Amino acid sequence: MNYTFHWLPAFRALPDMLWGALVTLEIAVLSMVLGVLFAVLLAVGASSQYRVFRAAAATWVELARNTPALFQIYMAYFGLGSLGIHLDSFVALLAGITFNNAGYLAETFRGGLRAVPPTQVRAARSLGMGQIQAFRLVVMPQMFRIVFYPMTNQMVWAILMTSLGVIVGLNNDLTGVTQEYNVRSFRTFEYFALAAVIYYLLAKFVTVSARLMAWRLFRY
Amino acid sequence: MSIEIQDVHKAFGSLEVVKGVTMTVEKGEVVSVIGGSGSGKSTLLMCINGLEPINSGRILVDGTDVHGRGTDLNKLRRKIGIVFQQWNAFPHLTVLENVMLAPRKVLGKSKAEAEAIAVEKLERVGLAEKLKVYPSKLSGGQQQRMAIARALAMSPDYMLFDEVTSALDPQLVGEVLDTMRSLSAEGMTMIVVTHEIAFAREVSDRVAFFHKGRIHEIGPPAEVIGNPQQPETVDFLKSVL
Repeated sequence: MNYTFHWLPAFRALPDMLWGALVTLEIAVLSMVLGVLFAVLLAVGASSQYRVFRAAAATWVELARNTPALFQIYMAYFGLGSLGIHLDSFVALLAGITFNNAGYLAETFRGGLRAVPPTQVRAARSLGMGQIQAFRLVVMPQMFRIVFYPMTNQMVWAILMTSLGVIVGLNNDLTGVTQEYNVRSFRTFEYFALAAVIYYLLAKFVTVSARLMAWRLFRY
Repeated sequence: MSIEIQDVHKAFGSLEVVKGVTMTVEKGEVVSVIGGSGSGKSTLLMCINGLEPINSGRILVDGTDVHGRGTDLNKLRRKIGIVFQQWNAFPHLTVLENVMLAPRKVLGKSKAEAEAIAVEKLERVGLAEKLKVYPSKLSGGQQQRMAIARALAMSPDYMLFDEVTSALDPQLVGEVLDTMRSLSAEGMTMIVVTHEIAFAREVSDRVAFFHKGRIHEIGPPAEVIGNPQQPETVDFLKSVL
């Protein structure tokens, strides 16, 4: 092995990479917030009485879960671009990951809803609660616990997926910044090893804080 | 003040489970409903508070048609408490919160008022020590008593019990029956669907024997249980006693 490690340049890049990590987090958080909103719509659509909505929801979920995330982001940037809709890199990446998140979360929500026994609704209604009240006070809190960990996983996945932004020209997130340094110096191993550590810490931060939150929230 | 059931028919798809039942339960009365599985007795209870629609006939609670078009079921249900075979505790809430929930959110009581009501009802069913505990930490009998307290917290005029001891271990049945016994002693109007024949005999003013969706015999327990007239009733009692 005649490669000599040079860690110093990588550590000099660290402040810029940390700023990049903030952009990474920003995209991941936005994609989760939007993903949850779309997922709720998809879950509602999937049980709609109208075929159009059911078909649209099913198509979205199928595509999101059974095609590579890379292609989904590619389509948001180049695919829409060839149709005359030009999104910038940040928006295209956000759209791609949101599409993916929503597909997975829709299934998670549907499963969570099914896991709450209908007898719970019956008990709530028997106490004089309306349909919406029963859902909000009895079904939702139970469903939230069921979907909490799958949502955490999706958040970690969203953080890692942001690295795909580099293929649509995003250069200010963690991978983008790392790649900029890499092409200038070709210290590939050092830069990406450091970036990997930052990704790892971000992901760990999410899972550990989720565990703390769960411990606080779900006492039963 | 009464529950009037008039020629009620109820079918699930093509299967008719209640085939023309007529019965009136007066305020202050305890009526037990006995009969084999699938005789339609539980279904009838679900129809009384509108959890199940009916196909024909009428059910009037204090003169209000339960299945009438303009009837506000949410409001009507406030005066009809029901306790299910599977107690259906809300697992995400503590015992106290389970009982407080409906008084707060349905009756609009303040937190302090709701808590006072809940504590009183829970003491009544012997769960004063378990206020801060989650249902998963309770035995079946305790969960069932909690469910009774939860229904009582709405100050209902009527209580419906749907085989509330059927899913319990035998040694836990007594504590639940004791709670119901004391309720009847206080003059609560109750319709009790049960397999506990001895209990039915002891607390009921009248006993109704259900068979294949119809009431075959109804009257004081001394008659229906003590001296049944119909062959079906005799057979049924022989099989359970």
